Amino acid sequence: MDYLGLFNYWVFIVLMMCGFYMLLSARNLVKKVIGLNLFQTSVFVFYISTGKVDGGAVPIATDGVDVYSNPLPHVLILTAIVVGVASTALGLALILRIKDEYGSIEEDEVDLQDALS
Amino acid sequence: MIAEHAIILAVVLPLLAAPLCILLGRGFLSWIAASASVWTSFGLALHLLNRVLHEGTIRYALGGWEAPVGIEYRLDAAGALVMTVVTAIASIVLPYSYTSVRREIDEHKHHWFYACLLLCFSGLLGITVAGDAFNIFVFLEISSLSTYVLVSMGRDRRALTAAFKYLIIGTVGATFYLLGVGFMYQMTGTLNIEDLSQRLLAMSGDGVTPVYETTTIRAALSFLTVGISLKVALFPLHVWLPNVYAYAPSVVSAFLSATATKVAILIFLRVFYTIDGKAIPFEALPLAQTLVPFAVAGAVVASFIAVYQRDVKRLLAYSSIAQVGYMICGIGLATAAGLESGLLHLFNHALMKGTLFLAIGCVVYRVGQTRLELLRGVGREMPFTAASIVIGGASLIGVPLTAGFVSKWALLTAVLAEGRWVIAVLVIVSSLIAVVYVAQILHVMLIRKRPVGSERLREAPLWMVVPTFLLALSNLWYGVVDGRAADAARAAAAALIEEVAR
Amino acid sequence: MTIAVAAVRTKNLFEAAMLFGIFSLVSASFFVVLDAVDVAMTEAAVGAGVSTILMLSTLAVTGFKVRPRPVQRDILGIGVSVLLGGALVYGTLDMPRIGDPTAPVQTHPIAEHYIDVSPTETGIPNMVTPLLASYRGYDTFGETAVVFTAGIGVLALIGRRRRRDGTPVESCEGTDAMGDRHRVLRVVGKQVIPAILLYACYIQAHGDFGPGGGFQAGVVFASGLMLYMLLVGIDEAERVIKPKVLERLIALGLLLYGGTGLLNIIQGGAFLDYRTMAHDAVHGLHYGILAVELGVGITVTAVITTIIFTFAGHMRSRQKALPGEANAAADGGAS
Repeated sequence: MDYLGLFNYWVFIVLMMCGFYMLLSARNLVKKVIGLNLFQTSVFVFYISTGKVDGGAVPIATDGVDVYSNPLPHVLILTAIVVGVASTALGLALILRIKDEYGSIEEDEVDLQDALS
Repeated sequence: MIAEHAIILAVVLPLLAAPLCILLGRGFLSWIAASASVWTSFGLALHLLNRVLHEGTIRYALGGWEAPVGIEYRLDAAGALVMTVVTAIASIVLPYSYTSVRREIDEHKHHWFYACLLLCFSGLLGITVAGDAFNIFVFLEISSLSTYVLVSMGRDRRALTAAFKYLIIGTVGATFYLLGVGFMYQMTGTLNIEDLSQRLLAMSGDGVTPVYETTTIRAALSFLTVGISLKVALFPLHVWLPNVYAYAPSVVSAFLSATATKVAILIFLRVFYTIDGKAIPFEALPLAQTLVPFAVAGAVVASFIAVYQRDVKRLLAYSSIAQVGYMICGIGLATAAGLESGLLHLFNHALMKGTLFLAIGCVVYRVGQTRLELLRGVGREMPFTAASIVIGGASLIGVPLTAGFVSKWALLTAVLAEGRWVIAVLVIVSSLIAVVYVAQILHVMLIRKRPVGSERLREAPLWMVVPTFLLALSNLWYGVVDGRAADAARAAAAALIEEVAR
Repeated sequence: MTIAVAAVRTKNLFEAAMLFGIFSLVSASFFVVLDAVDVAMTEAAVGAGVSTILMLSTLAVTGFKVRPRPVQRDILGIGVSVLLGGALVYGTLDMPRIGDPTAPVQTHPIAEHYIDVSPTETGIPNMVTPLLASYRGYDTFGETAVVFTAGIGVLALIGRRRRRDGTPVESCEGTDAMGDRHRVLRVVGKQVIPAILLYACYIQAHGDFGPGGGFQAGVVFASGLMLYMLLVGIDEAERVIKPKVLERLIALGLLLYGGTGLLNIIQGGAFLDYRTMAHDAVHGLHYGILAVELGVGITVTAVITTIIFTFAGHMRSRQKALPGEANAAADGGAS
């Protein structure tokens, strides 16, 4: 089996794992959001790589070019990026409110205050 | 023309009413716009359900591009059933919301609130009719993002942390879903669910293994399962749910508990029946074997935790997790009877949980909080609210003559038909625990006396009591008189099974 | 990749946010290598631009340091991540390698349709644009609704409490000072803004032929407005660009998109079937794509501007409480 051809995927996988680990283990809420973003961005890179064709060109019709990369993953990821930034913005706005109400953005401190109330 | 486009109008009209709310800018006008669009959707959904049951699956090519080039809307009986549930609950919740929202949310936020409620509503509807795996993701995110906002509008500051946790977990769930769809796309080149199901049967690149047996598709299925289970709040992935339901505004708790997890269950059916069913029958997946134990364990454990809750809304939230367990259990049996009981319970659970959360909303309107020990004797002074809680609670336990009984009975027969005694016993155990926690609520609210010196309560305003009580009566109606829900569930189950067989 | 690891390790949140920005930029260049120029443009503008700025302005309020705590390995976190990685690697085993022309993604008839038929069917050379706005126009409609939701959500969460009730917002020294301290920046900045706004309009209109379109244009336009805000201060900026107007624009963009769809239904086609909009199908498509891209552009501009203004307003209102931290933030935002 051609493992070398898969190597590129494994790079994204390591990135996804980094992001996911950060998301799970960080106690700081902003760091969680950053981890989430890393995770999502790696998924996007994976998607885009599926559209690539060897020797393909940017999918804008030009005379004399026959092979183009598949534009469908591009469109999907455009949408997904936008969705991602929308959730990031909301998450950060929530963090600001949490900071207002609790005075902290460390997950354990916030949980502690919740447990006490 | 309306009939032809009903399927798209039902989703798009509420979606467009949302920006209209922002333009109108005033609470009352927004409420009018929201109600009008939601009721229209309800009408269209009934029409569609009727048509689907008589004529079979409805399709609609968006933008006039035939699938798989364009996005297709595709409504089968299961989708139509869930769609009817969502629109019906929304139509009942909206008249109720006006008074409740005025009490619980700052005046200058009202138009934002209605806009988000509409977005959430149309996001959920969009999922029920979508025939395209990626389109499901987009509408899932519309409904999720608006849910985070709605939850964060709760009075208690814990609503914020609940919303944040839900945002993180929900986004992870959605990203897992996206990853699963991406893997499937890579092996098939398509996103349309029917096209997907065909192409899974084709041969993969090496010419030996069919596509559905490749590791990629197996990994895709596991990602989809985890992603959707997070959204369904299937035990043990339920941690986000209790706080979300507990601290959201009353209207939102009622709406979400009756609809959101149900729609996630529908996505589950889409993946395992419509997309994957032809290639690998659901019961042949190792997943089906693991799912039922998880679901039943969830039903028992969550019921058990519910008994120890001191907050009524948290208690009901845990009970919701248990009830989701029943539905998944029915679906996991992978028989026609099991599917039918799962879908029927989905419908009935919307009725009973909707009733209970609306009734608790009435209590909140008068008393202002939901801690159980402070609700002593409240039911004695709010007779209609109390009656609704009694009916809803009875239905939750599965007392005969209520809707809950019908579906629980169906589930038990389906389980026993498969000869799985242990599961049947556990389902009964979980129901018995439900008796305990429902009795707890009723005991506190009806039998205990109000603390001496507390002022006399009045019944909640008419606009809130009437919808609540109507929904409560529907529990009896569908338990005793009307078998149409059961018929629809049977038809939906039959259609899903038939699709697999074809 | 190193960047990602560094971002996980660092205790300083400012560093983490900046590293994320760099990571985004690197991914954007990766997208260019993979022929996805439109995506690269968006990722650069959104990941490296908007997200990073939002993270920084959040940090400005919440503080940059993670609370120090004893080093502990999060066994569960590692376990789950490794499980995820394992599942992913397992999933890749049967995947076609990158760039394989015989992969199902490339051979499926819809790929052919999007690549070979689309330019003649629609008369638009950039294959991404008709795919985005027409073939899968409904996804884009949903995406616009998501952006709309985010805008409303941020307003509902940290939007200014009513400004009508008499208390004029206190004049702020913190952000205004920028203009006095850095006169050169101010003058040069003002020269640049019109160019940025014009460039945004170019991206908006040129999406048919080159990379670009409503979303990218919206982000660039909003960044122009943000630069203006940085130069003159949030209060002055909100006097010129009223929040109420922005809120209306958010709604208007989405309505324009959906309204186009409804118009198509009235004209006898399916929802978002632009071919009904003119006698000639290709012309109809052009009109339709123009209209919906404009809708996307309006909503995105308004939402991102609103979000950034709201964050800035929030930051300003907290500034009094935490003067030290906020100044650091202003410097961070400017750099």
